[in-house]
Amino acid sequence: MSAVREIEYRDALREAMSEEMRRDKRVFLLGEEVAEYNGAYKISRGMLEEFGARRVIDTPISESGFAGLAIGAAMMGLKPVVEFMSWSFSLVAADPILNNAPKMLYMSGGQFGCPVVFRGNDGAGGQLGSTHSWCVEGLFSNVPGIKIAIPSNPYDAKGLLKTAIRGSDPVFFLESERMLGNKGEVPEEEYLIPFGQAKVIRSGTDCTLASWGRPVHFCMEAAEEMQKLGISCEVIDLRTVRPLDIGTVVRSVKKTGACVVVDQSWSFGSPGSELASQVHRHCFDDLDNYVHRVHSADVPTPYATNLEQEYLPNARKIAEAVRSATYNL
Amino acid sequence: MTSLSHPTAGGTSAPASPHSVVHTKVYGDAEHLQVPAAATHVSSEQMLDWFKQMLLIREFELRCMQAYQEKKIGGFCHVYIGQEAVAVGCTAAVQHKDPIVTAYRDHGHALARGMDPKHCMAEMFGRIGGCAKGKGGSMHMFDRDNNLYGGHGIVGAQTPLGAGLAFGCKYMDEVIDGKPNSRVSLCFLGDGALNQGAFHEAMNLAGLFDIPVIYVVENNGYSMGTAIARGTTMAHSLITKAAGYGIDGYVVDGMDVVGVYADMKRIADKCRATSRPAFVDMRTYRYKGHSMSDPRKYRTKEEEEVFETHDPIGRLEARLKTAGLLTDDSLKAMQKAVRDTVRDAITWSDESPIPPMAELYHDVFVEPWGPYTGSSQPAMNGGTANPPSMRTIDTKEELS
Ligand SMILES: Cc1ncc(C[n+]2csc(CCOP(=O)(O)OP(=O)(O)O)c2C)c(N)n1
Ligand SMILES: [Mg+2]
Repeated sequence: MSAVREIEYRDALREAMSEEMRRDKRVFLLGEEVAEYNGAYKISRGMLEEFGARRVIDTPISESGFAGLAIGAAMMGLKPVVEFMSWSFSLVAADPILNNAPKMLYMSGGQFGCPVVFRGNDGAGGQLGSTHSWCVEGLFSNVPGIKIAIPSNPYDAKGLLKTAIRGSDPVFFLESERMLGNKGEVPEEEYLIPFGQAKVIRSGTDCTLASWGRPVHFCMEAAEEMQKLGISCEVIDLRTVRPLDIGTVVRSVKKTGACVVVDQSWSFGSPGSELASQVHRHCFDDLDNYVHRVHSADVPTPYATNLEQEYLPNARKIAEAVRSATYNL
Repeated sequence: MTSLSHPTAGGTSAPASPHSVVHTKVYGDAEHLQVPAAATHVSSEQMLDWFKQMLLIREFELRCMQAYQEKKIGGFCHVYIGQEAVAVGCTAAVQHKDPIVTAYRDHGHALARGMDPKHCMAEMFGRIGGCAKGKGGSMHMFDRDNNLYGGHGIVGAQTPLGAGLAFGCKYMDEVIDGKPNSRVSLCFLGDGALNQGAFHEAMNLAGLFDIPVIYVVENNGYSMGTAIARGTTMAHSLITKAAGYGIDGYVVDGMDVVGVYADMKRIADKCRATSRPAFVDMRTYRYKGHSMSDPRKYRTKEEEEVFETHDPIGRLEARLKTAGLLTDDSLKAMQKAVRDTVRDAITWSDESPIPPMAELYHDVFVEPWGPYTGSSQPAMNGGTANPPSMRTIDTKEELS
């Protein structure tokens, strides 16, 4: 096997889209500034040149309009990829993305599916303030009929995005502006990553840390810290929250007897609360303590650096939760 | 001509009646629609066919109202009585391959598009024989074989979809198949939907991207109890809204099926040829309440009576009789045939089974776990042995 190259998260996303667009002419990219500007975050750099303006399409600032347009095109048989500059802006398109895309197949009795991928930045950036820091998985994972992928690294980003585009259902693909420049190993060869398949990224024996997206990295930091105290953490990257690979988490918790769920969205009615509830149900007799949860603070996202840092899940908070969950050790 | 004006006519600058502005092209390139309506050939067979379709829709809707009273139909149910000429004329003016999408007042469009009345009725009865297996209901009529992309319940929601359907058609023809665009989409909306943001975004996109979508505003003068002029600016001249988006606007008498056909045919032909959108202020009237629970306190009896004299069915009946194409006897025979069809649809729907419980979990995803699963998901989270509360979280079916 050839030496594995390292590329940035944003390049992994572009490779996934470009490869799928070469493979299937039904795939096209639509969004604000995706074409001539090369993407607000340069994810689609060069795609206009390669695919032309019919397939890499600049839209006006009109999320409800172009999200709905993409859904109509998907019902017609195309495979649109819609870039939201930020998922925070998807809220003005709530009706198309939540009321149309996920329900079309069901309410048409199986006649019209919606193979559309909505993707963009999710979660706090750097001091973007209250309106621009949404973790929409907290809201949207409540809705049946959509798949939600939240990759934490370039390898997963590419493999999951290819799967998302190739699939036949609506997918919300949640990236993070904070990770777009992160580098990681991505092979030249083509690969796809299945949805609903978590990855154990560090094995351990005392406590299971389950997370997705950016906080996975904080879990790894916390696991390092805990190792120094002699507590061995197993870290699981769920990769998709819908479908949710509860099996991998349960197998781990049955081994460790302790679990901390780390979720950047707010705690009330979140993927984290769902995961914790399922772990309680399946591991009732295996747990030595209740499932601990680390979320963003239950307040609007603050602007000041220190407040924002304290607001988000971080390694310190995770370590504290692990310490509490494993108090008996 | 009547002295009472369409509710559209709010304010002094309004035309006296919708019918006084029929066939007037107000904005855009002037030549095209100045072809007189008579130049669009309409055969006697076509007229008779439209007549039958309108009779069918009216009978179907009357029986829906009855079935609603009998509690066979639940939820919200909006009937199309009075507006029949719009769906029938517009559908006739486009080709079967052209996609159609509409709002919740959708039974007429479904029938005009060719949906079997049985499937339409059974849908409302919540039966497995319904067009969507009883999972859509009155507001959500979908028919893939007839290129009907739904009834949509959220006011205005279908307007970006309509643009997307036409965009999809054009993309498939031009980008994938490398040939000129061959289709237009018809997107129906109520006058109330004009005030939704989604509609304005869709119009802007359609104008900007040269999308061949035709927005047909079924301007029945009211959104629920709100007369159009109480909720919509420029109610007397809605096409000015299209002008703002660089889209050609037309006013059409929606109570005359032959006129609807003739005007819509020319509008659709033009959209197809130029790959441009259009906007139609289709002046019509709904005779019944907004939905099944509407005593119509917001309008006068006199107004209703005036519009009853414009009845699209009555008008065509008179025309057919004058032309010697219809006699009292042939009319009776047609009415009987229509009554039989609808009665059969009701009997059939009564007999259609309720959806099996497994349907609750079907059609959530095309591929519950994605195309490349190989998932490690254990049986604990799927499969029939598990309680529904778990299966709704992950619907992988093949797990046991
Ligand atoms: C976004 C939204 N708001 C409110 C409603 C409730 N509602 C249903 S129909 C209707 C009136 C719409 O009137 P119009 O668009 O003129 O259509 P018509 O009923 O006359 O066919 C309203 C307010 C809705 N379905 N969706
Ligand atoms: Mg109306």
